[in-house]
Amino acid sequence: MIVGAGGNTTMQVGDQGILLVDTMYAQLSDKILAAIRKISNKPIRYIINTHIHPDHTGGNENLRKAGATIAGGNVVGNIRDAGEGAAIVAHENVLNGMSAPTGVQAPAPSGAWPTDTYVHGQKDLYFNGEAVQVIYQPAAHTDGDSIVFFRRSDVISAGDIFVTTTYPVIDIQRGGSLNGIIDSVNRIIDLAVPADKQEGGTYIIPGHGRLCDEADIVEYRDMLTIIRDRIQDMIKKTMTLQQVKAPKPTSDYDPRSGATTGLWTTDMFVEAAYQSLSARK
Amino acid sequence: MPTTSLSESGMDNALRSRIAVPLLLLLMALFATPALAQVDLSGAWTPRYHEDQPERIPGPELADYLGLPINEEARQWALSWDPSRLTMQEHQCQVHTVAYIYRGPLQVRIWEEREPDTQQLIAIKQYISTYEQDRTIWMDGRPHPPDYAAHTWMGFSTGKWEGDTLTVTTTHIKQGWHRRNGLPSSDQITLTEHFIRHGNYLTHVSVVNDPIFLAEPLIKSQNFVLNDTASGNWLWPCEYVEEIADRPAGAVPHYMPGENPFVNEFVNRHGIPVEAAMGGPETMYPEYQRKLKPLLEKMRAQKK
Amino acid sequence: MTDSAANTTGSQKPEARSQNGKAISFFWRRSLLVSGFLFVFGLAHASYAQQQQNLDKVEIHVLPVQGNVYMLVGAGGNITVQAGNQGVLLVDTQFAPLSDKVLAAIRQLSNKPIRYIINTHYHGDHTGGNESIAKVGTTPNVGPGANLQRPTATIIAHENVLNRMSAPAGVQAPTPTAAWPTDTYVSGQKELFFNEEGIEVIHAPAAHTDGDSIVYFRRSDVVSTGDVFVTTSYPYFDLQAGGSINGVIDALNRIIQIAIPKHEQEGGTYIIPGHGRLCDEADIVEYRDMATIIRDRVQAMIKKGMTLDQVKAARPTKEYDRRYGSTTGPRTTDMFVEAVYRSLSGKK
Repeated sequence: MIVGAGGNTTMQVGDQGILLVDTMYAQLSDKILAAIRKISNKPIRYIINTHIHPDHTGGNENLRKAGATIAGGNVVGNIRDAGEGAAIVAHENVLNGMSAPTGVQAPAPSGAWPTDTYVHGQKDLYFNGEAVQVIYQPAAHTDGDSIVFFRRSDVISAGDIFVTTTYPVIDIQRGGSLNGIIDSVNRIIDLAVPADKQEGGTYIIPGHGRLCDEADIVEYRDMLTIIRDRIQDMIKKTMTLQQVKAPKPTSDYDPRSGATTGLWTTDMFVEAAYQSLSARK
Repeated sequence: MPTTSLSESGMDNALRSRIAVPLLLLLMALFATPALAQVDLSGAWTPRYHEDQPERIPGPELADYLGLPINEEARQWALSWDPSRLTMQEHQCQVHTVAYIYRGPLQVRIWEEREPDTQQLIAIKQYISTYEQDRTIWMDGRPHPPDYAAHTWMGFSTGKWEGDTLTVTTTHIKQGWHRRNGLPSSDQITLTEHFIRHGNYLTHVSVVNDPIFLAEPLIKSQNFVLNDTASGNWLWPCEYVEEIADRPAGAVPHYMPGENPFVNEFVNRHGIPVEAAMGGPETMYPEYQRKLKPLLEKMRAQKK
Repeated sequence: MTDSAANTTGSQKPEARSQNGKAISFFWRRSLLVSGFLFVFGLAHASYAQQQQNLDKVEIHVLPVQGNVYMLVGAGGNITVQAGNQGVLLVDTQFAPLSDKVLAAIRQLSNKPIRYIINTHYHGDHTGGNESIAKVGTTPNVGPGANLQRPTATIIAHENVLNRMSAPAGVQAPTPTAAWPTDTYVSGQKELFFNEEGIEVIHAPAAHTDGDSIVYFRRSDVVSTGDVFVTTSYPYFDLQAGGSINGVIDALNRIIQIAIPKHEQEGGTYIIPGHGRLCDEADIVEYRDMATIIRDRVQAMIKKGMTLDQVKAARPTKEYDRRYGSTTGPRTTDMFVEAVYRSLSGKK
């Protein structure tokens, strides 16, 4: 796990090379490379993007250039410019969001785009002697979320579906939803097997924040489910957004996860949850 | 303990035990031998449960937060907590965190880990029988890990000798509870502990700072006695089972705000005003008795 | 695989045999409605003496798979062994008379105590050794408050395995109490963390029986499938015990979803079938394709209103018969087609 600014980067290292999950911001690429080189001199083979946001994909172009795709491997048929730069794996919707039809200015440079996308279910890799599952999480943080499960290492990279620093960001404009996030968190809990006494075993790297295990994400799941149930109940009583906000449905969680300033305030979370649950925009 | 009317003696006991702690600390400060006198804490220790016995052995009652310096948010969290949450598979084998585990039935074995060549003290280790927890208190001056490191039930502990008192600072503790009736403790608590040995007695004082759920530090103390014939009960196996087979996937049991059905259970049984049972820092101090009196009178008047 | 199992378990000693007699009649009563079963039963019964002799000569072979996991091959279902510092875990136990040999094979791998037995389903060729092997194992520290050891290994299975091995009070159970699962789960899956790896026991609903589990060793990257996957015959699903062709196909797809091949669709996750040879994803994919194609064919014929005889006459399994088919033995191609037909049409 590499921690800097933006989303956490996960690095898997072995004889075959290096696999990265997410790339933080572009300005940090040199520092990320330096951190990688402290651990391994092997080439970067794969970059996996958990979703589209620039704090997770900003370094795609730089880090891809520093790497090389395995040419002749079992993925070669899927990759443009085989062998040139690392392969960037993501859900199809990440590519759709970063690119644009011909003639239209794309939101991200083409060198940053995923080179290898999947549409349904999951994408499997076998790299550095372990199976790596890239599993699609529909309509969660965005419409193109993947979690990455390193099976032999027993580690899951959750992307922004799971953050320990704030309430989850629900990017409704990009097709995210609160229920999708909760489903996805339950999926991660299903995958995680704790070692003795509900501790350790499978480790979970959140999109932002500290390294976790199942017990930590269970508390997060409980919180989201309880808040969801409360707001859902209020919507059922046909309360308006203002009426929902007034009794502070998140009050017991605000000291830990709430914010009144910054990019993602409690107000914004409640509003997004309300919109998501009432499906009104 | 009488349970029919307001248990004044019980109240007094609870209050007295909390006053006793600062006094004890003061006494210890006075009589502490200065300099580098390090005490060997090694041995098997068995707790004495007389302090706060009803909480520690039978277990706390629901919606009883009396005498705990919790904030508004902690109260809301706790009132939403449905005990059925403990039937969920992921919560069944959940461990009491290091800030709470010394309260329950347990045995503690303490030993030292020394560098073989120099005999320098590297760590003081503890094995706690409840939930089979291993604890390492690093004595070699190493720093605490960065914020983004994993949190555990026992957290990351460093210790130093202050006179003959072992003072331990613990961070990186998982979310748990301040009282096992749903009163949450956050994953951002800092625990400061003092282990003081007097012959065959060991006093353990813990101070919990919780920026999320406590308005003031929560200070508790426990006593242990050296157990020369410690036997049995060192294990705590836990394997989860399906307790509720037909619970829909993804459901988390909780009470909607204002709908906790047990709010009046504890207060009715003991004749305590709800305001007091809801806790908060002022309910820790003796001065609260003055505030309690009119509340009690009002309550009795209402009953008539 | 039920029928031959019932015979073998009964062969240890006279009283066990009489118990077995009841066990047989138990199955017998359940099966009265199926005319086809009569024939099978008689056949299995006839081969009883022969079977007994065969078991005497059976050797248990040990095949290291990968990681902590080994495959034991003898008679009856394959046994999976996972061994490490904490002890030994078994998936399935073959027949009771083989237990001494199975234990000897395990002891070549590890001297640690046997802690867990997982049953993939209730059939006797997978659970016959439960009692004798569990007896040799221990379950550490049972119950807080005492340093107790349960004097036998823990037997884990889906709840329906227990239901089929036990009986209500006052009714003679088909198997002895000591062979019953001690730790069951009802839905979804049960997770363990043993010998430094996560182990998922995953329920496959209405597949080979109504109580199938597949066992996935996560760090070793090995799946033990039980009889939802066999390399020796067409899929066998026990309609009387709640099995179905669609459940088997769902289970195969579930295993394929778990499996990740290493390179060029080979290796990576290894798959231990209920009967037959060690496999990887490519093998089970072929098997799934076969099962799906035959299912689709029979389904289409049922839609056209064809009778069982008409379906059989059309030979929907033709190109697979040389590999998986049989005209003799306890499970013939005819019986497979009939079972697929009944499973899909809901006709008993």
